[in-house]
Amino acid sequence: MSETPKSYGHPGITDPVDERPSGTESFRIPSDLIKQSDSDLSNVQIDLAKELVEAGIDDVFKILDQELIGLTPVKTRIREIASLLLVEHLRRKLGLSGEAPTLHMSFTGNPGTGKTTVALRMAEILHRLGFVRKGHLVSVTRDDLVGQYIGHTAPKSKEMLKKAMGGVLFIDEAYYLYRPENERDYGQEAIEILLQVMENQRGDLVVILAGYVERMEKFFASNPGFRSRIAHHIDFPDYDNDELLAIGELILAKQSYKLSQAGRDALARYIVARKTQPHFANARSIRNALDRARLRQANRLVRGAGSSKITGEDLTIIDAADLLASRVFGLEAAMQSSLSEETESNFN
Amino acid sequence: MRITQGCFSFLPDLTDDQIRAQVQYCIDKGWAVNIEFTDDPHPRNTYWEMWGLPMFDIKDAAAVMMELADCRKTYGNLYIRISAIDSTHGWESVRISFIVNRPEEEPGFQLQRQESNGRNIRYTTHPYATDLPEGQRYVVRSANSSKNSR
Repeated sequence: MSETPKSYGHPGITDPVDERPSGTESFRIPSDLIKQSDSDLSNVQIDLAKELVEAGIDDVFKILDQELIGLTPVKTRIREIASLLLVEHLRRKLGLSGEAPTLHMSFTGNPGTGKTTVALRMAEILHRLGFVRKGHLVSVTRDDLVGQYIGHTAPKSKEMLKKAMGGVLFIDEAYYLYRPENERDYGQEAIEILLQVMENQRGDLVVILAGYVERMEKFFASNPGFRSRIAHHIDFPDYDNDELLAIGELILAKQSYKLSQAGRDALARYIVARKTQPHFANARSIRNALDRARLRQANRLVRGAGSSKITGEDLTIIDAADLLASRVFGLEAAMQSSLSEETESNFN
Repeated sequence: MRITQGCFSFLPDLTDDQIRAQVQYCIDKGWAVNIEFTDDPHPRNTYWEMWGLPMFDIKDAAAVMMELADCRKTYGNLYIRISAIDSTHGWESVRISFIVNRPEEEPGFQLQRQESNGRNIRYTTHPYATDLPEGQRYVVRSANSSKNSR
């Protein structure tokens, strides 16, 4: 029995990589770098363009450009990260660096600015470059991580982390994990487990936190461990009116609908009106509005069925009437009238 | 005496990378992976205790390796095995099982002879380890040896 090597992780023998405190690895000179002399390195020819094509990231970027309108700062940032990953990938091939880079990210932005969509693409980019093995995205919220009674949280969080291994764990509205107003809240436990796995198993999964800007700021302020473990903070800007219109058209095009010229103008007016009202959720509001417009379009066609025949094209066209029937325009008018009434009454 | 059971029993103990590769194979086949442990490694003892639930819905072996590391932390002095269940119709049973952890010292088995009718002799094997009560087997030895290894 003694001739077999005892390679198991017995309690006394722990993996030195996991034990190292965070932050020290960057100061260590990779041993491979010392071995490889500079003349060897200068002889290695690398075709970056070819590597880019081979990794297939260009395709992802093309899709990103087509499907995501606006978000220029986000796209630039993702390109930067992708470049970093590609270079890291090449360096690894040459044996230049042994440490996996920290890839955990935080996406902040208002509702409906495309955080989840970008996270999905990010998982794909990471997978194509070989930084996650499977490239799937597990999207969770507080409910999936935090338990309801003592001892419930750890298995629950671990379950989710295990599902996400080899891919990306996307925690939507991450600030709900931490509830300072309730000291008995189990969220803290989930945070601790999360931090531990984020640190020790950097090569196995990437965690992306998402949420609204101010609340995420508060969350990071009260959990400094999180901020230091997240390498990339990406801010998602709000869309402007033209971008929202383009998004609306894209959503419709995907569902084989299109806007008539009048419909397009109506949508542009709708966007302006909707923005002034509460609970505006950027692209999500537009999608909801278009869903309702489709309902009205169907209704309009069915009601008009007796009087005239319709063509196939009629089935695909969203007209101004479908959008103008929206409550939003009514509210706008109501608000204006009440405003004018108020001013009048003030005068009187 | 080095106890062997299940798959790969004719090979030297698997390294962590080899275990990971086997587990990934199981996951790719769609089997649910279990971690089990026992302090009674008698070949006829099929009732090993489970470490957590069977792992469904996982995509990567890293999840199993994380649980295995946890299990070793607690029961590093016992036998741990990984098994995978195929739930597809017609199989519905364990498809693979292999030992991934063993105590540092394995006392082995005693051959017991029982005289029965006439000159008949019945043979049975008895693990020395089970002479001690449950929970005390392997414990002392392992604690000593881990101290020594430091």
